[in-house]
Amino acid sequence: MGDKIKKGILYVCLVILALACLLPFYLMMINSTRSGAEIVTSFSMLPGKSLRENWEVITNYFNLFQGMKNSLLIAIPVTLLSGYFSAITAFALAMYKFKGRGVIFGVILVFMMIPSQLSLIGFYNLVSSLKLINSYIPLIVPAIASPGIVFFLKQYLESVLAPSLLEAARIDGASELYIFHKIVLPIMMPGIATMSIGTFIGSWNNYLLPLVLLTKTEKFTLPVLVASLKSSTDIVKNQGATYLSVAISVIPIIIAFIFFSRYIIDSIGAGAVKE
Amino acid sequence: MAGNSSTRKKKRNVNTAGYFFVFPFVVVFLIFNVYPVVRTFYLSFFNYKGYGDLEWKGLDNYTRVFTDKFFWRALGNTCKIWGVNIVLQLGLAFLLTIVFSDMKYRIKGLGVFRAIFYLPNLIAATSVAFLFRTLLDFQYGTLNQMLMSIGLIDATTFANPQSIVNWLGNPRVAPFVVSIIQAWMWFGNSFILLMAGVQGINRDYFEAAAIDGAGRWTSFAKITIPLLRPILIYVAITSLIGGLQLFDIPFLINDQGTSGNPEGKLQTVVMYLYRFGFEGGTKKQVGYASAIAYVLFLIILIVSVLEFKFMNRKEAD
Repeated sequence: MGDKIKKGILYVCLVILALACLLPFYLMMINSTRSGAEIVTSFSMLPGKSLRENWEVITNYFNLFQGMKNSLLIAIPVTLLSGYFSAITAFALAMYKFKGRGVIFGVILVFMMIPSQLSLIGFYNLVSSLKLINSYIPLIVPAIASPGIVFFLKQYLESVLAPSLLEAARIDGASELYIFHKIVLPIMMPGIATMSIGTFIGSWNNYLLPLVLLTKTEKFTLPVLVASLKSSTDIVKNQGATYLSVAISVIPIIIAFIFFSRYIIDSIGAGAVKE
Repeated sequence: MAGNSSTRKKKRNVNTAGYFFVFPFVVVFLIFNVYPVVRTFYLSFFNYKGYGDLEWKGLDNYTRVFTDKFFWRALGNTCKIWGVNIVLQLGLAFLLTIVFSDMKYRIKGLGVFRAIFYLPNLIAATSVAFLFRTLLDFQYGTLNQMLMSIGLIDATTFANPQSIVNWLGNPRVAPFVVSIIQAWMWFGNSFILLMAGVQGINRDYFEAAAIDGAGRWTSFAKITIPLLRPILIYVAITSLIGGLQLFDIPFLINDQGTSGNPEGKLQTVVMYLYRFGFEGGTKKQVGYASAIAYVLFLIILIVSVLEFKFMNRKEAD
């Protein structure tokens, strides 16, 4: 009996913690349907009637869907490029013996430890001397070289791919590139998918780099656009509109999470346990 | 003989493909990873406004970092915010791991709880910052409206800016609020990592321990914690590296930007770096910002190594 009570208490604590995680998002959604005047004078757990007005305030001020499109225009190529090129690099490092392989792998390990802010200034300097400010190239192309993902995929490949399989394909006359695309890539797919989820979310949520590299409002990604609320006093005064714009930026992620939560959570565990 | 040489030739061709496969990675890596790191280092020895000429300064920028009391204040702020955050974050994650791995209670719903606890980590820090900034507003925020509706505070509270419920405006409270928001965002992540580690532990250990009469706490202390050490090191080091680079939340949580008000208590190292490297129009001090970046990196490196050594030594004892 005592154990049952203890167990009950544990469940209550867990539910409270879960509510603490969800409540801010719930209030966000409720408040995005209430008017600024209602929000600042009273508290409510029930939706209001001002969704349309809040929406009009936002659309007069900025185009969140443009920001969403821009974020996708970056996040999708970033995910594809980092997946493909990390896979082919990991494959080369794991399965071929060539000079410099050890050096490349060592440098990858070192760069995994270097914080990105360290190179922010040099990166900006490079991008501005290449005249690529406001271009998406410096936000996309660097994904081709993702040291952390190469590291993970190399470990992954070594545990799932038997070199004898490659030998068999070679005897059948397959070219190396053909072997990679038709045999290795399908085998690596679960590992690539695992890493891609993190890559996509990381790119979608990235703030500091686009903040520094993009100066034109029409080029802004979603986080930069949401953060530009800061400089707009009229929209901040209308708290309902602020909540609604935050909600619009958050809801696609929540919907995606409802469908993919299992994969997303597995991908986080995989990254650490392997290392 | 002929067959042998043709095999060797084929072997050589096969390994040449390796160069071909790593080529794109190496080129992009050199341009976008290696060059910026080297370039930042180079710039840290110059006076540079972001345009025009470089003026050689030798080690002056570094001397300046070490004697700049605002840099040390920013570092202190960052450590304080991170320190409170990591205690909450890891403490909570640890408690949850204990609860969910308990063989006796067999708590159900791990999948659902784990997903909910992780949700805040998925949301962009900018959105989180704006959400809390609006919810925690002193006079108009929903949290204080809630407190008012249950009678804990009343309208007279708003006359006093030093009130504890001035969550983001009171210099003594604001850093803790940021720590709590950070912990709220990250405890689910740590929990998933720890839980993945626990699930990787062979059940036989626990069963053997139970047969030997070990209680729940004994097997936790003697089996779970030692076997989780690699993951704990991983979580602690990655959290530290991330924590010392803290930027988004304190930068966006109020209107003060890189000055990190109230009273500069929210100014982190990266905000300080950003101030010199990217703000100030034609008076940027890019060289100085670069030196700050390298000093920060040095600190991160030293602390990571110490942390790694410290956590490994415990194992040896």
